Amino acid sequence: MTTTLLTAPAATVRRRRRTQRSWGSTALAVLFLAVMLFPVYWMVNVSLQRSGSAVATPWFPEHVSFHGYSTALHQQGRNLVTSLLVASGSVVFSLLLAAPAAYALAHFRVRFSNVFLFAILLSQMIPGIVVANALYTAYNDLGLLNSVPGLILADSTAGIPFAILIIRAFMGGIPRSVIEAARVDGAGHLRAFVSIVLPMSRNALITAALFTFLFAWADFLFALTLTTTESVRPVTLGLYSYIGTYVNDWSSVMATAVLASVPAIVLLVIAQKYVAAGTTGGAVK
Amino acid sequence: MADRPPLSGTTHAIPQPAGSTRTRPPAGAPGSPPAGDQGEGRRAGRRSLRRRERLAAAAFLLPAAAYMVLFFGYPVVKNFLMSFQKYSTSTFYTGEAPWVGLGNYRSVVHSSVFSKAMLNTALFTVGSIVGQFVIGLSLALFFRRRFPLSGVLRSLLLLPWLIPLIVSGAVWRWILDKDNGALNRFLAGVHLAPGHPGWLVTTSLALVAVILVNIWLGIPFNATILYGGLQDIPEELYEAASLDGATGWKAFRYVTWPLLRPVVSVVLVLGVVYTIKVLDIILGLTNGGPAHATETIATQSYHLSFQQFDFGQGAALGNILIAISLLFSVVYLRANRRAVDE
Repeated sequence: MTTTLLTAPAATVRRRRRTQRSWGSTALAVLFLAVMLFPVYWMVNVSLQRSGSAVATPWFPEHVSFHGYSTALHQQGRNLVTSLLVASGSVVFSLLLAAPAAYALAHFRVRFSNVFLFAILLSQMIPGIVVANALYTAYNDLGLLNSVPGLILADSTAGIPFAILIIRAFMGGIPRSVIEAARVDGAGHLRAFVSIVLPMSRNALITAALFTFLFAWADFLFALTLTTTESVRPVTLGLYSYIGTYVNDWSSVMATAVLASVPAIVLLVIAQKYVAAGTTGGAVK
Repeated sequence: MADRPPLSGTTHAIPQPAGSTRTRPPAGAPGSPPAGDQGEGRRAGRRSLRRRERLAAAAFLLPAAAYMVLFFGYPVVKNFLMSFQKYSTSTFYTGEAPWVGLGNYRSVVHSSVFSKAMLNTALFTVGSIVGQFVIGLSLALFFRRRFPLSGVLRSLLLLPWLIPLIVSGAVWRWILDKDNGALNRFLAGVHLAPGHPGWLVTTSLALVAVILVNIWLGIPFNATILYGGLQDIPEELYEAASLDGATGWKAFRYVTWPLLRPVVSVVLVLGVVYTIKVLDIILGLTNGGPAHATETIATQSYHLSFQQFDFGQGAALGNILIAISLLFSVVYLRANRRAVDE
């Protein structure tokens, strides 16, 4: 008590000095962020220009025009729907497989759980091009090229291992006694899993779903290699074929880029509080 | 500490709590009391319970395991086999892929692009990792100091990471455009590089530009994970260190760095494993050009398989890529474990 009283004036002086210095830190951080986020700003800026082409694009969208967006929606609207279908399908499929596996790895002491976790880590070293190479020939035989289910299956290669790891880390924190109580009450393994474990893991499931969606939505490699026609074409590939040819309308290209980025950003803003809860549940551990 | 299970040797004297199927009974332990009829029956019951547990676990794990085998195991095996076959477009019609032994590897390694692609892969990976890590760590340390708005600014930093890679590629392609790109206009405006350098179309600049864009992409991931690692270091350690006179650089050298090491290992290993196989950003920015200036093993593998339709050679390069990243991880993790153990 006495010591705090004695040092009080010194502490306030120190605190004031620290606040002054910390506003300096804020300024520095804003400056750095401005540089980091310039490409994002530029994308939005160009997308709102009448037509960013031969002449230099103005630094600010003084005359806002939605010409880029109407062209983009007209030409890429279908691809956006395809992306949405593939990404949502991949979320459902990944969680359906990953959640039970994560539960088994977290709450059953089985010999092969270490083998399985090691396999997951190893799978991260396999380049996508190797998977695509082999899948192309297999898909060709199975008639899965240029199909939404084919892309869903392939795109889940990114989501499933990640979802297993993140959900397992979270489920490890659920007390065993809760599950055992349900088992004692006569619930089978499946019942305990569905009615006790899954509801308790909501945050982890939402986090895993979000990232699985982002992975599948951003997929470019499988779209590039496993589709050969325009019938089934995700927006990432639509954008690539835009920039692959000589570009004379950058505002439409950038409008497509914005449209392809929006779902990710919207989802993260909506799900942010679950993600924070889901990742602190031990995802990094 | 109090609820830790007693050391073995005393366990068999204490009755097993009901329902603790996870703790293995100390069967066959020397000096255990002879099992009576009742004990036999209970042990048998427990064994069948364990078997049922194992069956349930297998059922939960099976779908995911099957998927992993089909979409990771099968491609690796198939790719391995394909790399020894002449697997081309005609294979899709005739169904014949004659064995060529090491032929694919020979032609891939002896092709004029190979050594360039190897060098580019190394430069791209090392350059990207070093840049991302150094900037990411500096940012993580910077954001550790609490200042107004730090939380908001930190979450805004994630934005570049959320955008699909190919979108970033498209945006950067327009920023780095030789004639009308924002960068050259800015540089000309401040009289720094008035000659309008062709960032993506000049052989000497293209790789540098691609590495810089990839560094930009990797900063948020590095900063976020390293920041998380820093948060786990207890504040008391810094207080104790400062009493010993360790502040600033010394505190970093003797407190932060040793304690952050496990996180650093994870970030670096993951960084290399992911960077070595990057395709999107290179295809989006330069497509491996100009004149193979940005061609890496990964892009070359893609070009061989899906543009020249020589799947056998593409597979051979893919396998070389797997071997490199496997070798790297083993060597790195080994060296690191030894350092941690000491």
